[in-house]
Amino acid sequence: MRRESLRDLFIAAVALAVLLVLPVLFPQPALRDFLVYVIAYGLLAMSLNLLVGLTGLVSFGHAAYFASGAYSFGLLMQSGHFSVPMAMLCALAGTALLALVIGAICVRLKEIYFSFITLAFQMFIHSIILTWVDVTGGDQGLRGGIPRPAFLGIDLSQAGTLYAFCAVVFIVCLLIMRQVWQSPFGYTLRMIRDNPARANFLGVNVLRMKLGIFVLAGTMASMAGILMALFVSGAYAEFAFWTMSGEAIFMIMLGGMQVFLGPVIGAFLLQTLNHYVTIYTEHHGLVLGLVILAIVLGLRRGVADYARDWLAARRTTREAAALEAKPAKKAVS
Amino acid sequence: MLDVQNLNKSFGGVQATRDVSLNFPAGSLTAIIGPNGAGKTTFFNLISGHIRPDSGRILFEGRDLVGLSSLEVVRRGMARAFQVASLFPSLTVREAMTAAVTSHQRRSAGLFSRFPLSGSRDRVQELLELLGLSAKADVLSANLSHGDQKLLDIGLALAMEPKVLLLDEPTAGMGPDERWRMIDKVHRLWQAKQLTMIFIEHDMDIVFKISQTVHVLKYGAVLAQGTPEEIRRNQDVIDAYLGTDHHMALAAEEA
Repeated sequence: MRRESLRDLFIAAVALAVLLVLPVLFPQPALRDFLVYVIAYGLLAMSLNLLVGLTGLVSFGHAAYFASGAYSFGLLMQSGHFSVPMAMLCALAGTALLALVIGAICVRLKEIYFSFITLAFQMFIHSIILTWVDVTGGDQGLRGGIPRPAFLGIDLSQAGTLYAFCAVVFIVCLLIMRQVWQSPFGYTLRMIRDNPARANFLGVNVLRMKLGIFVLAGTMASMAGILMALFVSGAYAEFAFWTMSGEAIFMIMLGGMQVFLGPVIGAFLLQTLNHYVTIYTEHHGLVLGLVILAIVLGLRRGVADYARDWLAARRTTREAAALEAKPAKKAVS
Repeated sequence: MLDVQNLNKSFGGVQATRDVSLNFPAGSLTAIIGPNGAGKTTFFNLISGHIRPDSGRILFEGRDLVGLSSLEVVRRGMARAFQVASLFPSLTVREAMTAAVTSHQRRSAGLFSRFPLSGSRDRVQELLELLGLSAKADVLSANLSHGDQKLLDIGLALAMEPKVLLLDEPTAGMGPDERWRMIDKVHRLWQAKQLTMIFIEHDMDIVFKISQTVHVLKYGAVLAQGTPEEIRRNQDVIDAYLGTDHHMALAAEEA
């Protein structure tokens, strides 16, 4: 195995250990709940960034797949015929199929038209959820709770186990996305982001590649939706509303789109802000708006991107200084 | 190798290509010249599958390319570089070349391996050395000098291992010295790779120095074709391209 892969695995193991140890050190349930939200939203934002940051496709309708995962998983579990892992697999496969059908239409459009058609499909799915009351519960959401029967000795109805399960799934998904990010496919997507016409002249089938990442990102988003449904024991129409997609874009902008883990950092920052701001004021939208303004106007990129650029700039100035120092020494001797 | 027959293309009322028939034998080095708006770049766009001709045939190794997408044309073995270097700004030189080589190896969709693939490393290094870009391998494409950007553009096309290479003004926007260095590299490339090379060029000295055959376009039609020597003495070309100014015609005759 390559050194980079081993390093990624090592970082993932450390991150998982930290996630698992944190609730042991600080046993308040509030912290665990907070972390589950960061995990689910972080996963949603990370999956969206496969499109936005890696491929240059700004999807405004990504929450459709989040909702699709949550609802199909919830419905399958409520039917009583499925175990948790089986229902998860079916929900993932179903969402992948949905993303394939919608994506096949969307990836033919470029730029703002792509953004708008993804938004249109999301609103379409949102209105299906609202109107198909018999199945989805309409605006009341999927009620009656989602049963969580034990499987392989894992009992997800225990809060601690559920949290650990979410943490493991989260880290595994991050590793999968990291692999996508560093694979030849990932670099092909960077070519498409930078210059799709040129990529086409270099033998890249641009449409097929875009469709591939669209399905992959949708499937990852549905995993986030499944975790959310497991945690809140339900699914709600808001999952498919455009504000959910907006929030995911918000997190990417806050955290950064060029650093792999930027969106997770954004999710963490946004959840933290939400948490503290709502304690002190009811005008939390105003405060969030101001923070975003400060970051967009002040840093002009996400926090993680800013940190990376700052580190890179510092390194180059140091190298330049070291280069200057060398001839100076020679001159002295 | 490449045989273009009776090619026509109109944009609205403007006929950009009129009944162009040109033949490019295997291993030849051909220059296409002509005044601005003569339809040179349109000709490249037509034969590389970027736009579709209204009528005519483009026979590449005996098979008609008309109707194929630019993707399929590249896979058949005809690659092009652009008048304004068309690059991937956020990738380093090495990353861009590796991605192009990977694409040529049909491994762009690989999900389970790590970039760069070991199978592409030697090929990328060879291409970088051929172009003289090894020292700048880790520079972002966006930060390259103008000349190096043009070189990288050609390098990306070479990664496709083309049989026919189309170069749209390889020396555009360069100073006199840089021009000659560039064209020297192009010339050596042609010799080393035994390519069929077609290039558009404005600089007459360059055209007459290195090309075997010169095709002259004017208002989308073929005005003349022949060896540099014949073109230099062709009265139509002197009138149309170099202007009817007597001094210039004389200068061309003496050069």
